[in-house]
Amino acid sequence: MKSVLFFATILLFVSCKDAKVEPVKISGQQININPEIEKNDSIENFIKPYRDKIEAEMNEVLAFTPESMFKTDTDLNTAIGNMMADAVIEIGDPIFHERTNKNIDLALLNFGGIRSGINAGDITTRTAFNIMPFENEVVVVELSPDQTKKLIDYLVSAKIAHPFSGLKIELNSDGNLQSALVNNEQIRNDRNYFVATSDYLLKGGDNMTFFENAESVEYLNYKLRNLFIDYFKVHDTIAPIQDKRFTQRKN
Amino acid sequence: MKRIDFIKTTSAVSAVTAFGGIGILSSFSKQNFKKHLTILHTNDVHSHIDSFPKNHTKYPNQGGAARRFSYIKQVVNENPNTLVLDAGDAFQGTPYFNFYGGELEYKIMSKLGYHASTIGNHEFDNGIDNIAAQLEHAKFDLLNANYDLKNTSLESLVKPHQIYEVDGLKIGVLGLGIELEGLVSKDLYKETKYLNPVDIAIEESRILKDELACDLVICLSHLGYEYKSDKIDDLKLAKQTKNIDLIIGGHTHTFLDKPSVVNNSEDKKVLVNQVGWAGINLGRIDFYFDEKGNSENKSLVIEV
Repeated sequence: MKSVLFFATILLFVSCKDAKVEPVKISGQQININPEIEKNDSIENFIKPYRDKIEAEMNEVLAFTPESMFKTDTDLNTAIGNMMADAVIEIGDPIFHERTNKNIDLALLNFGGIRSGINAGDITTRTAFNIMPFENEVVVVELSPDQTKKLIDYLVSAKIAHPFSGLKIELNSDGNLQSALVNNEQIRNDRNYFVATSDYLLKGGDNMTFFENAESVEYLNYKLRNLFIDYFKVHDTIAPIQDKRFTQRKN
Repeated sequence: MKRIDFIKTTSAVSAVTAFGGIGILSSFSKQNFKKHLTILHTNDVHSHIDSFPKNHTKYPNQGGAARRFSYIKQVVNENPNTLVLDAGDAFQGTPYFNFYGGELEYKIMSKLGYHASTIGNHEFDNGIDNIAAQLEHAKFDLLNANYDLKNTSLESLVKPHQIYEVDGLKIGVLGLGIELEGLVSKDLYKETKYLNPVDIAIEESRILKDELACDLVICLSHLGYEYKSDKIDDLKLAKQTKNIDLIIGGHTHTFLDKPSVVNNSEDKKVLVNQVGWAGINLGRIDFYFDEKGNSENKSLVIEV
């Protein structure tokens, strides 16, 4: 009995081994997909209607701006940044108020998040994609007075034109804080502040660590890009300016 | 450059053979290997359906699905025993995704003849339910073994691995994904649970090779090529596992001059490859098989 089993095992092993193959040579290359390779017509024709529809929608004129605006135009605050932060409050606040019966006190975005300038002339859907190519959405973060002060400290020490709205900061000639007002009043210690921002900054983007200590967070389920598109749609002419929201005394 | 060399060599061999005599033509043109499998692969295409514009500073006129398909067709004509694979992040990066949510990406991958892809973190950008919805447009398999998808819309749609039978060869393909916490917001990935990719890869590749008798095991990984920290990457995965022959990676958008060769936990060689991003390049790995124990081809030759 034992020997039969042994014989059977060998047979099985041998037949298995005969059938099996193994890699003996492997070669690897990388093919650059460049114009030397012709485009396949059937794929091109399949894509075309999708591409045409996107082009048409991207070129739709939503508003007009008489002046070009770039984030490097001015120091501390810029026309384009002011427009973006103001838009977040203008469009975001009614939604936030309807859901929570509270109001947004201030809005804060980041300088690095302005991904493109805007040329003078027509503002199109493409403009919104250019300034905000990412899928980030608007969140309203409830901050304690202490964390709100940290937010201000952050802006004071950065001295970069991070877009904000609802807040006015003045630096003295040494670059230290002279005054900070939220909606024209000093930061109070007996209330929290509702700050509209993006989910990217909420998660610690650009080292805005004060958002990590949020008292509460409300997701508006509203992409920033769509908010800008809707803002452009309700304004025929967009003509933001650099203003006094972030300034430094000369002496 | 390599490709041109390769084609030249092949045609030279055929020419000599044809001259030498018809009788041995077939055996020579197959270079005496029993079987030949070609793997074509991409990663992080990021909705780059069109070629980059002509005036693009870094990649003028490069990439694009229509060009990629021409090359894939050419290879499949030369060797029908070809698998087309992708290592994730097909979604996000151009308005095609913003407008159509991934529909076009998956439709085109299906038309290009892709067999399998894995789940990159950007696949979650419009939420896990959107991945499930877009899979209706996919004629390829979406594979992942280290996401526990119980109680999500992908539960019955994503398999840990798939075996492809090519010319009698059994090719096992498994998928691995990156840790989502901190990278993707929870409301997008919902109940998806991340499991240790090394443990899972060891177990899955053992099943594929030992239990299911695969001739080759390929891992589609969206872990990333290399991190200086302890964070798991494709090179560490290759070292810490066995039974995997090829890791096709993504996530880090790494451009490699050639595939890396790493010794696994049993000192056997594993290939790790990644081809940048945006469909600028296509990776091509050719495997030549012979009967086990064939004395003529005792050691594995790797030409990269």
